[in-house]
Amino acid sequence: MAIFPIPLDRWGFFTMMIFAFLVVPFLANDYWISSIIIPFLIFSLSALGLNFLTGYAGQLSLGHAAFMAVGAYGSVILYGRYEVPFLLSLLGGGLVAAGVGALFGIPSLKIKGFYLAVSTLAAQFIIHWGITHSKWISGGGVYATIDTPKLYLLGWLLDTMMEKYYLTLVIVVLFVVFGKNLVRSQIGRAWMSIRDMDVASEIIGVSQFRYKLLAFAVSSFYAGVAGGLLAFVYYMAANIEEFHVHLSFKLLGMIIIGGMGSVLGSFLGAAFIVLLPIFINRLVSGWGVLFPVDLLANLELMIFGGLIIFFLIVEPFGLARLWLTLKDKLRLWPFPY
Amino acid sequence: MRLHTMEGSNHPPVLEVKDAHVSFGVLKALNGVSLHIEKGEILAIIGPNGAGKTTMINLISGVYHPKPGRIFFEGKERTTMRPHHVAALGIARTFQNVALFKGMTALANIMMGRHLHMRSNFLSQGMYWDLGQKEEIRHREAVEWVIDWLEIEHIRKTPAGMLPYGLQKRVELGRALAAEPKLLLLDEPMAGMNLEEKEDIARFILDANEELGTTIALIEHDMGVVMDISDRVIVLEYGEKIAEGKPEEIRNNEKVIKAYLGTVRR
Amino acid sequence: MLFALEVTITGLLVGLMYSMVALGFVLIYKASGVFNFAQGPMTLFAAFALVSFLAFLPLGFSLVGVLVIMVALAYVVERVMLRPLVARPPLVLFMATIGLGFFLEGLTQAIWGTQPRGLDLGIPDTPFDLAGVFISRMDLFGAGIAGVLLFGLVWFFQKTRTGRALRAVSDDHEAALSVGIPLRRAWTITWAIAGVVALAAGILWGARLGVQFSLTLIALKALPVLIIGGFDSVPGAIIGGLIVGASENLAEVFLGPPVGGGIKDFFPYLLALAFLWARPYGLFGREIIERV
Repeated sequence: MAIFPIPLDRWGFFTMMIFAFLVVPFLANDYWISSIIIPFLIFSLSALGLNFLTGYAGQLSLGHAAFMAVGAYGSVILYGRYEVPFLLSLLGGGLVAAGVGALFGIPSLKIKGFYLAVSTLAAQFIIHWGITHSKWISGGGVYATIDTPKLYLLGWLLDTMMEKYYLTLVIVVLFVVFGKNLVRSQIGRAWMSIRDMDVASEIIGVSQFRYKLLAFAVSSFYAGVAGGLLAFVYYMAANIEEFHVHLSFKLLGMIIIGGMGSVLGSFLGAAFIVLLPIFINRLVSGWGVLFPVDLLANLELMIFGGLIIFFLIVEPFGLARLWLTLKDKLRLWPFPY
Repeated sequence: MRLHTMEGSNHPPVLEVKDAHVSFGVLKALNGVSLHIEKGEILAIIGPNGAGKTTMINLISGVYHPKPGRIFFEGKERTTMRPHHVAALGIARTFQNVALFKGMTALANIMMGRHLHMRSNFLSQGMYWDLGQKEEIRHREAVEWVIDWLEIEHIRKTPAGMLPYGLQKRVELGRALAAEPKLLLLDEPMAGMNLEEKEDIARFILDANEELGTTIALIEHDMGVVMDISDRVIVLEYGEKIAEGKPEEIRNNEKVIKAYLGTVRR
Repeated sequence: MLFALEVTITGLLVGLMYSMVALGFVLIYKASGVFNFAQGPMTLFAAFALVSFLAFLPLGFSLVGVLVIMVALAYVVERVMLRPLVARPPLVLFMATIGLGFFLEGLTQAIWGTQPRGLDLGIPDTPFDLAGVFISRMDLFGAGIAGVLLFGLVWFFQKTRTGRALRAVSDDHEAALSVGIPLRRAWTITWAIAGVVALAAGILWGARLGVQFSLTLIALKALPVLIIGGFDSVPGAIIGGLIVGASENLAEVFLGPPVGGGIKDFFPYLLALAFLWARPYGLFGREIIERV
């Protein structure tokens, strides 16, 4: 297991797998699984995709949610309209998203930094318009939402929370392992070289265009699959309104807080976003009388925004770096030297 | 003083620049400069600040293209080639202001030097299986060799941004050497070093040239170093070549002395 | 033909208002090298604050009140966010402004809720007849105010001492420091001006669309303006705004109907993409040259 060279990591990974596959289903109730754990897993996957592009390759993207939308609609259309088997639909949606993502990544040949970010924002709006104004895609309804048909995997109907949980878990784990290998490979290093010093990177032989485009494609692929999962397992519909520009910014916030350039960071950031409202709820519920419901939702935004700034100032590598530091201390414990 | 017998000169020069002009707006950085680099030699490019030395190195790297002018590598024209294709020809370099990838370890930086030698594709790297794995291990061995050779084992896992300046320069040299280049370009490899560090780097440069057979072109300000390790010297001033020849000839060249206002050291 | 002229003129007038929003971005970009993603939420915040003040104060005092708040905000932002991040790469500052945007958005909603409010400036809605071409009075008024503000800002930057100092800061922080320009004060002033611009934009767009969440999206519209005009150019913001305003309106009216409308939402971005390809630094932007 070369991706986990340190024994502590290896044990940690296996424990987590056992926990996720065997323990969670017994501990958690349906509400937790459907409203917390499944979205957590899916948003982690999407955040990981964004991390490839922005955290590793250093290309700021403000349109990630749009690529999720492409995957959502792509997979639902393939499955519902063309009766393509579920897994192929999901991957198909991801591939379409990858293609679209690569298309919007083409400007990276000539531009970078904020300018490229604007290109991704353009993707967000153009894709939004494209989906809502194309009858072929949206099915012509007023709201451009497509309900997902019942989910059959290899003939098996998946409609209990547990089944959906396992499906999501397996897919996410596979994608994460692939991702972790990728970032530790030459591709990951090439991406980081582009992020750290692109002129030098090109001079030592890294084709900027090829690797940037690859980053866009892989990132959008992950986004597309995440979008598809959301459509089939969480929203039960492909709904463009769930993939607005706000979500793109939230995803960016996730990886800033969780840790850019870190696989673990994607998960920590997603966990943070998913758990924050609950945490605030519990914290404030004691004083529930004084605070109107509105305020809680807004408090969330304020804390989220404030924490982004906080992390950028204090720990730019996010929660993941904090965790690494903690792990280092744990490894040497009880001898701090 | 270097005693060095050159291989038979019926090889085309490794690199040849013909009458290169490079301008940045109204600033003329290079004004019709020609040079050639012979296989196996160490060529020093010297000159006062602003003479166009780094511009020349950037030209050879493909960052700038001569307008007009032509560049040949091993006899074949490559005037308009982009930097990453130039690197693929077999040209590696270090930079005046250390250009390490600060977010990566020293080891990872040197692994980047192997980039052009790596062939495995996206899927096999993601699955870290068979081809992807074997290749990674093979190149890792090459990189470990370079690390041993440069005596930097102890800082392999340190993030490059945290290394002291002298070691950063050595890691950068390692990254360039790991590419097994035919031509190595060094832009002020000894800038900001003390005597001991300079001697170390000089030793590595000479070893790279003699043991590994690497052709080297370097920009250097320390005349003592230039006299000691180079086979030939080219002198630039205000974007023009004012002298070319063996180190002893250059030392006594009036134009060169004038350009430096007598700062040529013994 | 006359209709096309009408559409163009309306577009230009709206464009001038885009210019004003874009100017807020340009100012901050010029002074601190950072693209302020919180400009949109700042606009919304200012607009809501004004509405609240107007409930019990006349227009003049209300404006002053909001101005005071925006200056205070600038001061706080400089102290809490800009100062600790002074040495960081622009990307980090940019992401910090995203965080700031979220924060302001939450704050705005926490204080004023999510219900849209009306902003009545007392401009009659009857169109103005200019030789057969009908132009909305509101548009004229908005363009007029925007024009005055733009003129005032250009004058401020070109002619006054403080303005020149701010331009020096945007050019080169260290050089500015070395001639004695207090960097922090310069930033506070710039953000305060951006706050004023946000207020003006909030008033004009708020009167046009109502004070509601979508005002923040107007700020995003300013991005194509900046791409076309150049991120650090004041004349660029003006001309870019005019181009965006006119072209999006023309596109919506003439290309819209067959495809179900909504072209306005993304046309400026498409235009921006074309510019990114052909002229990445915009019409008036300065090219960034990296030394190796």
